[in-house]
Amino acid sequence: MATRTMNKATPLVVTYTPRKKKRTLVEILLDVLKYTILIVLSISYLLPFYWMFTSALKNDSQIYTIPPVWIPNPAMWENFWNAWTTYNFNLYLFNTVFKYALPVAIGTVVSSSIVAYGFGRLRWKSREFLFAICLSTMMVPFQVTMVPLFIIFKKMGWINTFLPLVVPAFFGNPFNIFLLRQFFRSIPEDLLDAARIDGANELGVLFRVVLPLSKPVLTVVALFAVMGAWNDFLGPLIYLNNSKNYTLAIGIESLRRTISSVGSVALAYPYLMAVSTIVTIPIILLFFFAQRTFIEGITLTGMKG
Amino acid sequence: MQIPFFKRFALTPAERRRELLGFLFISPWLIGFLLWTIYPLASSLYYSFTRYDLIREPIFIGFRNFQEIFREEEFRKVMYNTLYYVGIGSPLYVATSFLLANLLNTKIVGRSVFRAIFFFPSIVPMVVIAMVWSFLLNVQYGAINGTLQAMGLPVIRFLSDPALAKPTLIMINVWGAGSMLVIFLAALQDVPRELYEAAIVDGAALWHRFWYITIPLCTPVILYNLVMSLIWGFQDVSLPLLLTGGGPNKATQFYALFLYRNAFQFLRMGKAAALAWILFVIIVTFTLLLFKSTGRWVYYHGGDNK
Repeated sequence: MATRTMNKATPLVVTYTPRKKKRTLVEILLDVLKYTILIVLSISYLLPFYWMFTSALKNDSQIYTIPPVWIPNPAMWENFWNAWTTYNFNLYLFNTVFKYALPVAIGTVVSSSIVAYGFGRLRWKSREFLFAICLSTMMVPFQVTMVPLFIIFKKMGWINTFLPLVVPAFFGNPFNIFLLRQFFRSIPEDLLDAARIDGANELGVLFRVVLPLSKPVLTVVALFAVMGAWNDFLGPLIYLNNSKNYTLAIGIESLRRTISSVGSVALAYPYLMAVSTIVTIPIILLFFFAQRTFIEGITLTGMKG
Repeated sequence: MQIPFFKRFALTPAERRRELLGFLFISPWLIGFLLWTIYPLASSLYYSFTRYDLIREPIFIGFRNFQEIFREEEFRKVMYNTLYYVGIGSPLYVATSFLLANLLNTKIVGRSVFRAIFFFPSIVPMVVIAMVWSFLLNVQYGAINGTLQAMGLPVIRFLSDPALAKPTLIMINVWGAGSMLVIFLAALQDVPRELYEAAIVDGAALWHRFWYITIPLCTPVILYNLVMSLIWGFQDVSLPLLLTGGGPNKATQFYALFLYRNAFQFLRMGKAAALAWILFVIIVTFTLLLFKSTGRWVYYHGGDNK
């Protein structure tokens, strides 16, 4: 996404200089205004994160100081470790990654790929009709199925397990099916036919030819699944109410509830901010990593299209 | 001559094999569709005509849930809150991200850095965003009120004043609307630059180029973002639940939060199902509007991505 924007960087709206000529005063003033706006906005976008990070380093007296302390001194780096271990966040991290994010990512990638191949690369009569139904289910708001699904999962004894959050992922997700189908369709038929002549059945074609060529889009799907699980608040809130099963998101919320119910606990806010900071760091890393993946995916489709 | 009815659907053996293979491949979705969509839809419709608390069996009560909802004082308040949240919020998110995208689409050093900064809040976990903002806006020791107090100004009760709670949530959403900005930026890249060059030759001013080229060519995307944010606004639970819990004085009791409360706090499953179906009708209306008017957007962004 980023390179695409950067390569095609064209002076469209504000400044446009057809030939090399001296910049007029108005143009210079416009530029100054433009960068002022952008820098002021950028600071205000980042300030909440800076506040989160520095508050994590404070001791109690620095939290209650007026005017607010922006550079904590002394910086309590041990808050990160203490908050994380005192409130059991290692367990929540384990739950989030191994019981939620990874199973969902694997389930989504595998099931959506198979379905997308059926919708994109096999020729059969009922295909278009069923695909239209598949897409139209994206319209159904989560709230409509929320109540009956909760009742079903309760009857099956799945409340307080990760099954309600994980199992549906193994049945394909319409948006990912759509995304993968678009990509699969861009792969030349000759490659598939070559594999068929060599005796591969359709499942073999999918796993040996199509999926290895689709790594960029598969990464995008997996990344979105992992991020969705990492950030999900409502799903775990509905289905998990035993602290042994908490995810990071629910862990943070429960930490806040613990703090506010006991009243003014020492280091309440620094701990809350420390944990929030740690949970945000992987998102920052993933964000830079994902940006590259997006570019690769888009350039690849662009070359074939 | 007419073909006998059953023969029109008759398939040759080869075709039958292909159909079977197709169905096998899509069977994960098809089974999931029946289990997690069709069955819940049907039973949710049934529950909406019942009283059900998860303990006793559901009792059929006809349209009484709907009657109760439409007569209720609180539902009117919830609708007012939601229409305020969505009606003021959505156009504001669209307008700010569109203007910002236009600003970023000019000749700028470090565009991708700025874009990353503006985009970033939208991928941070909602819980973290709620924690940070509730601390920042805290009346006693939040950074904003602390600064105001230090300057001798009165404190602002951002989240505890009924008149300010909704605008505060909307402002936090403006800050978090970075994904919309990225969509707009991609759309602006697709506007052919010849149009601007021609307009400059004709002597069109900056404002005219924006008004007569940029906006008309971006209307499909503007509409898309507008409808998506309307739908999102109707379904938003997390932020109000975490920041205000629906308060103060129910000023941030929005539709989806009200529904969530009825289902999981008051265990009124029947009423929650009825509320969900009303929501469904509202969302389908918006979505049909979207599909009717954005054929063009779907055309050049779907498929081969140019």
